[in-house]
Amino acid sequence: MLVDTTRCTNGCTACVDACRGENGLPAATWPTDPQWIRKVELREKKTGRAHSLPMMCQHCAHPPCVDVCPTGASFKRADGIVLVDRHTCIGCRYCMMACPYKARSFVHENLTGQKPDVPRGKGSVEACTLCVHRIDRGAQPACVEACGTAGFAALVFGDLNDPSSEIARRVRERATSQVRADLRLDTAVRYQGL
Amino acid sequence: MAKLALREIEGRSRGYWTLFGAVTALIAAGLVAAWQMETEGHIITGMNNQIVWGAPHVFAVFLIVAASGALNVASIASVFGERYYKPLAPLSGWLAIALLIGGLAVLSLDLGRPERLIVAMTHYNFKSVFAWNMFLYTGFFAVVALYLWTLLDRAGFGYVKPAGLATFVWRLVLTTGTGSIFGFLIAREAYASAVLAPTFVALSFSYGLAVYLVALITVCAGSGRALGEAVLGRLARLLGWFIVAALYFVMVLHLTNLYVAKQTGVERFLLLEGGVYTSAFWIGQVGLGSALPLVLVWHPGLRTSRAAVLAAALLVILGGLAQMYVTIIGAQAYPLDLFPGFDIRSSFYDGVINPYAPSLPEVLLGVSGLAIAAWVTLIGVKFLRLVPESASEEALAAQAGSGA
Repeated sequence: MLVDTTRCTNGCTACVDACRGENGLPAATWPTDPQWIRKVELREKKTGRAHSLPMMCQHCAHPPCVDVCPTGASFKRADGIVLVDRHTCIGCRYCMMACPYKARSFVHENLTGQKPDVPRGKGSVEACTLCVHRIDRGAQPACVEACGTAGFAALVFGDLNDPSSEIARRVRERATSQVRADLRLDTAVRYQGL
Repeated sequence: MAKLALREIEGRSRGYWTLFGAVTALIAAGLVAAWQMETEGHIITGMNNQIVWGAPHVFAVFLIVAASGALNVASIASVFGERYYKPLAPLSGWLAIALLIGGLAVLSLDLGRPERLIVAMTHYNFKSVFAWNMFLYTGFFAVVALYLWTLLDRAGFGYVKPAGLATFVWRLVLTTGTGSIFGFLIAREAYASAVLAPTFVALSFSYGLAVYLVALITVCAGSGRALGEAVLGRLARLLGWFIVAALYFVMVLHLTNLYVAKQTGVERFLLLEGGVYTSAFWIGQVGLGSALPLVLVWHPGLRTSRAAVLAAALLVILGGLAQMYVTIIGAQAYPLDLFPGFDIRSSFYDGVINPYAPSLPEVLLGVSGLAIAAWVTLIGVKFLRLVPESASEEALAAQAGSGA
């Protein structure tokens, strides 16, 4: 996933709203509410330069959440997507302690109105799945689609390993950065314009 | 003088049953709290997506660390060959088991899905420190049980030394593993330090001996057994050195963090500006939990007084809980530094100090861990020969001299 922060607008929450609708998440009202994607507003301390960008699971190539999970419920698919197996997650929250991006949420209460494609479970941990249920049938993640529909097209999704893909081309042409690159987790979400 | 006999306590006094009833009630309250958390979810706790480990972890980690340290007296007797302490060793081993049961019970009941504990026992990710710890904990039970057998059954007497040594090594590895749960977390600035592992080992020495002293003094007072002033004085002095060792490692941990430029923010928070966490550190951990007990155990006139040593031990326990509060919750209260050099804000509380107020159910669950440890200890001293008939200086010295 590529995030072009120069196209991302302060105040726009199209990606967040789409994620919530697609995955059946409640509105982010309380500190216990899950947030698989959030808009982050940044201001550089020295220069005052402002950025607005979405933050979600960075789908690291070396994910700390997968390393620390005692049961192997946190896992990385062959294509690099980091997921939680709801059947083997025991709700220890060690992955939440280990994630440097605060990308994961714990389901604190009983659930109603779940989406058939996105099963969730009280007492287990969850995070952005890159809309795995959509991309497995060839569609784009809901946030990417919504950003395009809103006219910003700040999000690009694709296969970084396919040199002919749009995302590979854009990453090749313009410098990108990884959040907390110092941790060397090799994130699959790249940011431009930071 | 003949061999000093170990004897069960009668356990029929009003005091015994009052204590037994009180801890049973606390366990019941903890179980009700756990049931509520299970049925309604963690929404009824003060934990949230920012503070993901709360009060139950404070108690659980304290108990697990103390479990390792409770073996101090046994290690001194069996590994370092101090025969003087041999009659005091069985209580040490039993307490270790009791404390670990208490800690693991709280840890398990605080899981989001405690009914899936069987999953944790059948699915292992061997890269996870948590998974290693599951083996370390279960192995600890086995090794300490074996060690107790060598202490209590004539058939096992010949194996005391190797069993004691195995237990000693295992407890050090276990506490290193517990410290590593935090030490390997690169995400949080207060952690990600190799110093945390030896720090936890040092903490275990003082927490464990403090719990042991509380148990020994209570059992001797309750059953009318002698507890010599010199015996108490020796153990109290030892507690003092353990407190100093723990303080040393805590100091090294904070100083090394202060040396690393990117971690000065979290140190400033914990040590100066963190409100409840700063108070818990300076007043709870350093003042009440270390300095005051040091005065009590090192003052020549006080360290032989049961009341003073009991107070010192209880203060070390209080300080230990304060320390765990700072280490576990304070570290989460401080925001993650996602974008160094930037001010950050979001709907997910990025960039802000995360508030936390433990709710009654989670505190009850945590306290019930202490109660479980006490309950197992009370059962143990009533039905097993864990405590000598007399812990007077003369009896212990004579026993050491007799070669029994």
